[in-house]
Amino acid sequence: MNPASTTSQAALSVDRAHALDLLHQMVRIRRFEGKCAELYSAMKIRGFLHLYDGEEAVAVGVMQALRPEDAIVATYREHGHALVRGISAGSIMAEMYGKQEGCARGRGGSMHLFDAKTRFYGGNAIVGGGLPLAVGLALADKMQDKPRVTCCFFGDGAVAEGEFHESLNLAALWRLPVLFVCENNLYAMGTALKLAQSVTDVAQKAASYAIPALPVDGMDVLAVETAAQNAAAAVRQGKGPYFLECRTYRFRAHSMFDAELYRTKAEVEKWKQRDPITTFVQRLKEHALLSDADLERIDREVGQEIDEAVAFAEAGTWEPVEDLTRFVYSERRPE
Amino acid sequence: MSDGTAMVKLTYREAMREAIREAMQRDERVFLMGEDVGRYGGCFAVSKGLLQEFGPERIRDTPLSESTFVGAGIGAAMGGMRPIVEIMTVNFSLLAADQILNNAATILHMSGGQFNIPLVIRMATGGGRQVAAQHSHCLEGWYAHIPGLKVVTPATIEDARGMLWTALEDPDPVLIFENVTLYGMAGELAADAGPTDIDCARVHRSGRDVTIITYSASLFKALEAAETLAADGIDVEVIDLRTLRPLDEATFLASVAKTHRAVIVDEGWRSGSIAAEISARIMEGAFFDLDCPVERICSAEVPMPYAKHLEQAALPQAETIVATVKRMVRSHV
Repeated sequence: MNPASTTSQAALSVDRAHALDLLHQMVRIRRFEGKCAELYSAMKIRGFLHLYDGEEAVAVGVMQALRPEDAIVATYREHGHALVRGISAGSIMAEMYGKQEGCARGRGGSMHLFDAKTRFYGGNAIVGGGLPLAVGLALADKMQDKPRVTCCFFGDGAVAEGEFHESLNLAALWRLPVLFVCENNLYAMGTALKLAQSVTDVAQKAASYAIPALPVDGMDVLAVETAAQNAAAAVRQGKGPYFLECRTYRFRAHSMFDAELYRTKAEVEKWKQRDPITTFVQRLKEHALLSDADLERIDREVGQEIDEAVAFAEAGTWEPVEDLTRFVYSERRPE
Repeated sequence: MSDGTAMVKLTYREAMREAIREAMQRDERVFLMGEDVGRYGGCFAVSKGLLQEFGPERIRDTPLSESTFVGAGIGAAMGGMRPIVEIMTVNFSLLAADQILNNAATILHMSGGQFNIPLVIRMATGGGRQVAAQHSHCLEGWYAHIPGLKVVTPATIEDARGMLWTALEDPDPVLIFENVTLYGMAGELAADAGPTDIDCARVHRSGRDVTIITYSASLFKALEAAETLAADGIDVEVIDLRTLRPLDEATFLASVAKTHRAVIVDEGWRSGSIAAEISARIMEGAFFDLDCPVERICSAEVPMPYAKHLEQAALPQAETIVATVKRMVRSHV
């Protein structure tokens, strides 16, 4: 319950422009998710909606270590990853509106964001199901001598799935360039990790497959970034997979249909004291790397981006029903 | 098969092996992975010798992790390779059903057409070898329920040799079902035999009285029945579906329009079977051509028993086909 606090020296050495960018990215996600919740209540967004509030430092920190040629496999709680990876807020929002201007033409929705340009392979909503895909993408890179990394995000719930163990084993056995990132927010939907696992140390499980595995304070963006840079560098050197267990916490309900009967308000409040955004703001201010004017600017820019995203989604169009059965089979055929 | 070319004798197993070998030679993106495909030579000896020829990078033995090696096939296909994933038998494919149904069949659609999955999954299927209820499933009709997949069922040596390359060229996932009873079947094939289509049913034997629609190993029971019936003056047309998804209904509807009688022979269980689907399509597309109700000969609805006499009683048999066809013809002269 108490992730190792790493109030590291890193805050002192971080470059101001980079620090502001990290903050900007986290604020983007937080505000975007807030807007999604609002639009869900307004019935503009439907279906399942899983928000990332509280976990922003993980996506933002890890993405710093990835290059444009790398691949990402994410879960159904992936708005943040998609935003930081560079999929436009407008096309993500349009996707959730079900509009054909969405990043998956409205065929996927919140849980299935895809983008070929940024090598973003979902948006996978079967827990654990993304890990084998990541193993395969990395296998293809290895067989084609492409020095790329496949970064696979999943939650602590996936640790209970057979595919987690199969995938770690195969990636280690074949020394595949996968960066496994477990976003351990302590709950698989409403079941606490300690009620689901005989051993709750996730990194230790990964280490049992001979994979270098590190627990990281997932509420500290700089700690995550540093760990991810080291991990990605090792993977790029051909040393096989690497595993990060980012210990974090989900501030909001699991989805929009969750009465949160399984945890106390006090527990949530305790974790909110470690909010990755407010604590980062505080640290940057302590080190005179952030001014109120910076905060106002970030706030203004993010607000404008989100307003534009909503306007883009609102102005989007519905795919004609005549196109319903497109994309079941490829339209481009051989010969 | 072309006239005038040299013919070679080979088994279904060897034809499949030749198809894999040719694909590996023609396209360096092609590789084979699965349980025991390398050092063991394949559970049914299909890949025997390929490890020595192509090496462990391209003939990959996997752990017993069906879900992950099938999922890895999907990922590798998206990553630019052309994987052939061998699942030892259809029975074990159930451990990979999540990847096949939730990923292979959906990602093109969920991504709005951005990511196609050029993956081939081969698996052995079917009963008849006294290996009981967990090793005798015939579920190709069940997989044919799923949009996004293609399901092919090579019955002949020509198709065992020819369907793989066409499947590999397909931009979408193709499941190839190889009936275990066919591996040892020997026959002749043109020495220069190459790829065959995977879209069309084939009229395997032409006739005017009754149409038998079947696929995979049941084709040979249907042909045997047709010979017996010919001796009684009943002229049977036999259609090998070859592909269960997409179904080539034009071919069997045209045949039914000619013969006015249809029997479907399907090793799958009767309820919710591909036979039921074909029967429905005949009702929709050829109802007024029929002289009598469509008949179905399927496997008995039991988990496959071990005892030989019970197993044979559970499977479609040529005698049942003969009796059924005679009844249909005689009751509607």
